[in-house]
Amino acid sequence: MAKEESGIAKTAAEMVKGLAGSYAGTLKHLFRKPITEQYPEYKKPLPARSRGRIILTVDPDGDERCVACYLCSAVCPTSCISMESRERDDGRRHAAWFRIHFARCIYCGLCEEACPTLAIQLTPDFEFCKDDILKFVYEKEDLLVNHGGRNQEYNFYRHAGLSEKGEKGTHINEEPPVDVKSNMP
Amino acid sequence: MRMPAMCRGTGKTGMMWILGFILLLIKLALVLAVLLGMAAALVLVERKLLGRFQIRYGPNRVGPFGLLQPVADGIKMLLKEDIVPASADRVIFMLAPAAVAMTSLLIFAVVPFAEDLTVRGRRIPMVIADLNVGLLFVLAMSSISIYGIALGGWASNSKYSLLGGIRGAAQLISYELSMGLSLVPIVMVSQSFSLVDIVNAQANYPFILVQPVAFLIFLVCSMAEANRLPFDLPEAENELIAGYHMEYSGMRFALYFVGEYVNMVVIGSLLAVFFLGGWRGPFLPPIVWFLLKVMIVPFFLIWSRASLPRFRYDQLMHLGWKVLLPLSLLNIVVTGAVILVTGR
Repeated sequence: MAKEESGIAKTAAEMVKGLAGSYAGTLKHLFRKPITEQYPEYKKPLPARSRGRIILTVDPDGDERCVACYLCSAVCPTSCISMESRERDDGRRHAAWFRIHFARCIYCGLCEEACPTLAIQLTPDFEFCKDDILKFVYEKEDLLVNHGGRNQEYNFYRHAGLSEKGEKGTHINEEPPVDVKSNMP
Repeated sequence: MRMPAMCRGTGKTGMMWILGFILLLIKLALVLAVLLGMAAALVLVERKLLGRFQIRYGPNRVGPFGLLQPVADGIKMLLKEDIVPASADRVIFMLAPAAVAMTSLLIFAVVPFAEDLTVRGRRIPMVIADLNVGLLFVLAMSSISIYGIALGGWASNSKYSLLGGIRGAAQLISYELSMGLSLVPIVMVSQSFSLVDIVNAQANYPFILVQPVAFLIFLVCSMAEANRLPFDLPEAENELIAGYHMEYSGMRFALYFVGEYVNMVVIGSLLAVFFLGGWRGPFLPPIVWFLLKVMIVPFFLIWSRASLPRFRYDQLMHLGWKVLLPLSLLNIVVTGAVILVTGR
């Protein structure tokens, strides 16, 4: 009987201790400064590589980097990127039109990874909600920016060159073509 | 009130009767406004306090410091569609929320909230109705409020609501008994069922000093009475979605909430009246003391909500029947023995 009573007393003591502990814990937090960040007033600086609104960057010369290779469009899991390729007179390929439907975009960043010319990039900007879903269809003018994004120096055409137009033998350092039929020994 | 006796008189007494009636109406309006205002404010206080307990700011967008949040909530609730499920029992479904809010408000009718005023030699009691069976009235009303929960849960014709209603009824049986019994020693000491007399009996010392066990039992039961954590089984969110008021929307849903928050204030006032000496206290005016004491229970309930997990159904039964009930019975016996020995 005495043993049982001490057991009850022990259980009761443990119960009171547990209750007091949890009440004390919450009371301590009542006087702490809240850790909430008040969003619209305070905007937390986001990491440079966080994935938000997509931009089309330009190379240091100011020419658009996109060569309309369709890789971003092909890799896009939601098929929200579409474009039409065209070749300029000087031989540079570019997109005649380029369209991203941001209401479908999931900001996965696969387009950025696929891009061979660093043209398409994701920016930390995420605050561009709209009242109409069709306003999320961004055309090329809306996507193009006047800087190089994360890599300002990169210039794809300086490495790859252009597919020049013109007759054989007219290019720089090129020998004139040989007339095979008259090249008799 | 001694109205009927006054009613028989003519001339001057008739005039006095009309004046008394107007006075009663003013008191009613005042108490109703204060009580509903406190309930609305308590919603904000709860969200704010709970936020601070969890180291965040509560609502702070509507108005300065979020003070207009109750107004915004009220407008929102009033403008929401009042949906009655197709298979619900229409009449009971529509009446049940009123039972909860009404009974909570009615309890306050017998609570004295300040010292009697004396105007031109006439005493104006600061209580709406000084019933000589006030304590029984309180217990009866708090029992009736469970009809709102049980019937609302049943009339919704939804399994979650029904489970919530059944739990509410079962919970009532297991705590109401100990709650009533915990108040018996108060009656024994004060020798009256009237709440006014109980407050007057605490002129020298509050009953919490002589009845600490009854105080603790009442406090635990008040958590169950208010259907709040850790005894919020009828509306356990993560088991029953919302319990008995799951199918309710708009103002009917709001009525359940008004009932719950008014109930918190009312339980606070009952605790103040039974154990803390009601409006009595030094230096400050009686009404301020009363409000301060009333706010103890809501604060404690919110604090408990932040601190404790929900009891399991059988744990509540265990606590009610095997711990609180024997304890309150023992408390009555000991109190009786002490009164017998000391002879007062």
